[in-house]
Amino acid sequence: MLRLIPGDPAHLLLGEFASPQEVARIRDKLGLDGSYPYQYYIYLRSLLKGDMGVSIRSGVPVFQEISVRFLATVELSIAAMMISSFIGIIAGVISSVRRYSVFDYSSMVVALAGISMPIFWLGLMLMYFFSVKLGVLPMMGRFTMGLEHHPLTGFVTLDSLLKGDFRLFGNSLKHLILPSFTLATIPMAIIARMTRSSMLEVMSKDYIRTARAKGLSDRNVIFRHALKNAFLPIITVIGLNFGLLLGGAVLTETIFSWPGLGRYVVDSLLARDYPAVQGCILLFAVIMVMVNLLVDIVYFYIDPRLRVDGKS
Amino acid sequence: MEKVEIFAEMKRNRTSMVGLILILGLVAVALIGPFIAPYNPLTPDPINRLQGPSWVHPFGTDSLGRDILSRVIYGSRISIIIGLIAVSISLVPGTILGLLAGFYGRRVDESIMRLMDIMLAFPAILLAIFITAILGPNLLNTMIAVGIVYIPHYARIVRSAVLSLKEQLFIQAVKSLGGSNLRMIALHILPNTIPPIIVYATLGMGTAVLQAAALGFLGLGAQPPTPEWGAMLSEGRQYIQNAPHVAAFPGLAIFMLVLGFNLFGDGLRDVLDPSLR
Repeated sequence: MLRLIPGDPAHLLLGEFASPQEVARIRDKLGLDGSYPYQYYIYLRSLLKGDMGVSIRSGVPVFQEISVRFLATVELSIAAMMISSFIGIIAGVISSVRRYSVFDYSSMVVALAGISMPIFWLGLMLMYFFSVKLGVLPMMGRFTMGLEHHPLTGFVTLDSLLKGDFRLFGNSLKHLILPSFTLATIPMAIIARMTRSSMLEVMSKDYIRTARAKGLSDRNVIFRHALKNAFLPIITVIGLNFGLLLGGAVLTETIFSWPGLGRYVVDSLLARDYPAVQGCILLFAVIMVMVNLLVDIVYFYIDPRLRVDGKS
Repeated sequence: MEKVEIFAEMKRNRTSMVGLILILGLVAVALIGPFIAPYNPLTPDPINRLQGPSWVHPFGTDSLGRDILSRVIYGSRISIIIGLIAVSISLVPGTILGLLAGFYGRRVDESIMRLMDIMLAFPAILLAIFITAILGPNLLNTMIAVGIVYIPHYARIVRSAVLSLKEQLFIQAVKSLGGSNLRMIALHILPNTIPPIIVYATLGMGTAVLQAAALGFLGLGAQPPTPEWGAMLSEGRQYIQNAPHVAAFPGLAIFMLVLGFNLFGDGLRDVLDPSLR
């Protein structure tokens, strides 16, 4: 399907004034002259050997290019996911417990605003206030130029912590704040809304009344009895949002010049770098499958009823 | 529910009225745009470039000295049209596919819905990016891309509505009276799927506007000098250090329009389709 994209990579690579011979030579080298099914067969065959091909643009193996950027995106996404789940769930719980209070009302308005906001605009505005105006947070990149990073896990924050390089750790953490917060807004809003409605449903159940009647403290009832039961839909939403995060990463990475996969796939598409794009799509698909699997596993973990059903 | 009742109930719902006012306000701006815009949105004025908001230029000027207020006003026309066309592109095929899948079930259902699942597996914006890359970056293709991406959402909603309708007595009655399939779908099932479609289309307008702006921001949508909000924001990104207003106002406009559709859509949902809540 990708090959439907008009434009010839050989032409893009060689520029406007390439001679036909040169174009033919490059096309041959890139394997662009075989029929599409044949090209696909070759691709699958090498994929089984762990070879994703060579990027047409840079000549570097796609696997190598993608893996570095992939880890940058994952670092950003995990940070965003932690922020959004943490704040989202807390806001949702408070809203449901203090239903129709000022907090409930305002947090739900903020949540709706969060969904309606173009995150690329929010990112730019945050960048303006915190980087340009206040100058407390850096504008772009993963860490300041000049600092050295030797990849261990590929996550700059984790690597620096493991190696005890606290200067790099602080620096990379600062770089992470704005992009991850920007990326977190929409999932945060969705999680908060979901938590609220799921909690409200659970709170009206009989066992909550029983728990209260037993004289348990409010905190105990809310966290041990209600939240635990309300978790299933919340986990689903968090899992589903991972796709949203990957999509949002394209925009966030563009704003903050974050060297991740999202921006890479757009640039590759524009350059007709087929192997690179194919590699990215494959990776996205694998991630989505893994996340769904993970969500299912977590279900079993938090809901014992499913475990019993599974065995019978 | 009678129309009068729906209207009365909507009026009681304050947040949805705020949404409606936002939408109507921006639609009005779009309609009378050429009469209220103080400047031509495309005329450069290099001497007055990147000026901050002032009485002469309430929203300031951009890197070519064009009046941002005028560009935002003209942009409202583009964004609203994008939203309408994109939603129609996803709504019509989505509804038809959903009707077919829900009504005929079995193999028809399986094949349609699996296809929809494949489309849903990808993050919307990425799918839209792939489609625009295939079609080429311009305004029309943005609408097509955003439209195609949301087809599965409508198909799903319509399908589930059809599935529950099929079990109901009045449909069974039509069937036993010997009504043809086409008659049943067109006269009895389709009209009853309209409330959820309206709700989703309203919310979908907001999403479509947002996605189209995102494509514009990435440089895959409207091309310069078109005063499209997303593209304006992307330009503003370069001047964020000295001239944040270049990005601020178009973004605020997107926010207002999308918020309007979301507020109004939420209100509509509460009134028209309590089951979706």
